[in-house]
Amino acid sequence: MTEAKTIYDKIWDAHLVADKDNYSLLYIDRHLIHEVTSPQAFEGLRMAGRNVRHPDKTLAVADHNVPTTDRSVEIEDEESKIQIEALKNNCAEFGINFIDMSDIRQGIVHIIGPEQGFTLPGSTIVCGDSHTSTHGAFGALAHGIGTSEVEHVLASQTLIQKKAKNFKVEIVGTLTDSISAKDLALSVIGAIGTAGGTGYVIEYMGNAVESLSMEGRMTLCNLTIEAGARAGLIAPDQKTFDYLKDRPLAPKGDIWDKAVSYWKTLPSDPGAHYDNSIKIDIDNLSPLVTWGTSPEDVIDIDGNIPKPEDIEDEAKKNAIRRSLDYMGLEAGEPIKGTKIDKVFIGSCTNGRIEDLRAAASIVSQNKVSDHVNAIVVPGSGLVKAQAENEGLDKIFIEAGFEWREPGCSMCLAMNADKLLPNERCASTSNRNFEGRQGRGGRTHLVSPKMAAAAAIAGCLADVRDFS
Amino acid sequence: MLGILVNMEKFSKIKGIAAPMLSSDGNQFSMMINIDTDMIIPKQFLKTIKRTGLGKSLFHEMRYDFEGNEIESFILNKDIYRDSKIILAGNNFGCGSSREHAPWALLDFGIRVIIAPSFADIFYNNCFKNGILPIQLSEKLIKEISESALKGNELQVSLSDQIINCDNKEFSFEIDPSNKNFLMEGLDDIGLTLKDTNLIDSYEKDADNNLPWYTL
Repeated sequence: MTEAKTIYDKIWDAHLVADKDNYSLLYIDRHLIHEVTSPQAFEGLRMAGRNVRHPDKTLAVADHNVPTTDRSVEIEDEESKIQIEALKNNCAEFGINFIDMSDIRQGIVHIIGPEQGFTLPGSTIVCGDSHTSTHGAFGALAHGIGTSEVEHVLASQTLIQKKAKNFKVEIVGTLTDSISAKDLALSVIGAIGTAGGTGYVIEYMGNAVESLSMEGRMTLCNLTIEAGARAGLIAPDQKTFDYLKDRPLAPKGDIWDKAVSYWKTLPSDPGAHYDNSIKIDIDNLSPLVTWGTSPEDVIDIDGNIPKPEDIEDEAKKNAIRRSLDYMGLEAGEPIKGTKIDKVFIGSCTNGRIEDLRAAASIVSQNKVSDHVNAIVVPGSGLVKAQAENEGLDKIFIEAGFEWREPGCSMCLAMNADKLLPNERCASTSNRNFEGRQGRGGRTHLVSPKMAAAAAIAGCLADVRDFS
Repeated sequence: MLGILVNMEKFSKIKGIAAPMLSSDGNQFSMMINIDTDMIIPKQFLKTIKRTGLGKSLFHEMRYDFEGNEIESFILNKDIYRDSKIILAGNNFGCGSSREHAPWALLDFGIRVIIAPSFADIFYNNCFKNGILPIQLSEKLIKEISESALKGNELQVSLSDQIINCDNKEFSFEIDPSNKNFLMEGLDDIGLTLKDTNLIDSYEKDADNNLPWYTL
């Protein structure tokens, strides 16, 4: 009898190039790069006279800096333009596939990987971006890396790693119309905290996880990093295979069949060891919203903003005071009804077709509140085309939303889409950090339906009042 | 150039002023928790294609007001802490994005050591690639060291002995041996890995046969 292994153990073992004294060398199957965290890596290669070992295993796209407005005009911001040009030139110099801004496949790196079938179960995937955890939805071991590691992967197709511990997160219960994968993810972060997963790889399981679509699973895995774990994964199943079959870069024919047989061996063995575990029941879950400046600052939409004096830990108490001050909120008050200025629907967390459909279902026949500026930024050109094909763009535009070109946009506000000081936003993105969406901007993380409800109500609202 | 190439300053002993990152309600101070990478270096400074020059933008929104003037109360704007080499902080330092611009900005400012009860994984890893030593100590000890640092006392950190000296006291710390070695020798880990090219070749040959669906 061989030792019972988790899916993480299995992927690790299958990618082990060498075990050194105090670290391991792990093979990397897939590498995604974007314009912000790669230029210094290419510069490093040039300075050391090194080459890219496997240009075909890296896929490049510009997403963080790209404008989401008219693409036919030149990029106004000189620095953004230089960074995007640098990516294009570096890819040309080293023979790496680059998806240009004018290409319909262009989009957020974590949306295009799965769309193109670049993301595969059982593979190792890295990118100089913390939300690489998204790809774990396919049963891939996927995590963010720094630029020095980007250079390491380009040069050697490997990464120096130490094995993480296994964390089982079981989510049980039945999803309803008003509870989405985003709410599941926020409830996990609220339960274990933003450092709860540090040092672990999380494996999500349970009937609620199985019932999620691939889009929902991507949302859940995407937010794993906000719980401190670099990678989160879900065992592949028929939904996974159905999603990937016939995607441009997925294996074809006989190799596909063999791949599926192999992928079916990946789920964790019964009796496999987990170093930590938690079980979450979603049957009585309310739609969630963040009130503060850390993704763990999660409350029910019908809940009240916490009071610092109720918290014993001095550091946490002071953190809450600072957050309340930054967010311009009163302790003990209901969060529902808090007036907002902007709504952002998009990002690698919630910029996929299912997210746009969900938001559109609430927006339909309604109008964006007069004082709210609301934008929808599809996650990729293909998501945008699909949405337009389904007429979702018209629903959003008629309601008063702006319908934009794909990119990271106001999730991190590196382009022109940002909050002004003290502006408050209901956002489907992933981080509510101070200044994240623009200096002084106040972010409330919510699901796509909750963002849509907020746009219509003009304040943080309960999506259950809209159905 | 293959082999061992010194691409960063070797780490031996660091002696200098430590800046405690505090949050306070006026009566009692505590260490600031969850200092995220957006705080360390906000996104508008990520548009650079260089690794250097980010020190002036370190902790930008806490350090400067909207007009770009220094905010007096921020620790790194106080005279003796302008030359800090060490940062003292609370739990989960460096959470958030994978941006290596965060350690680049700290290093460019002159920070070589960060002492916190816990660090986010990606940031922690990025520190070692840039000659910065992240040290994990208990919150209680960090508060004790902070009290001393607030009096203007210097700290000495010895990586080889894994000892912090402060105010005639000694605190020992743990560190993974390979991370210690990388820092002490200033090793180029890419050069080191490329010495194992034969192992990578051999892995790829096997994988092409056994896991052909990953071959593009």
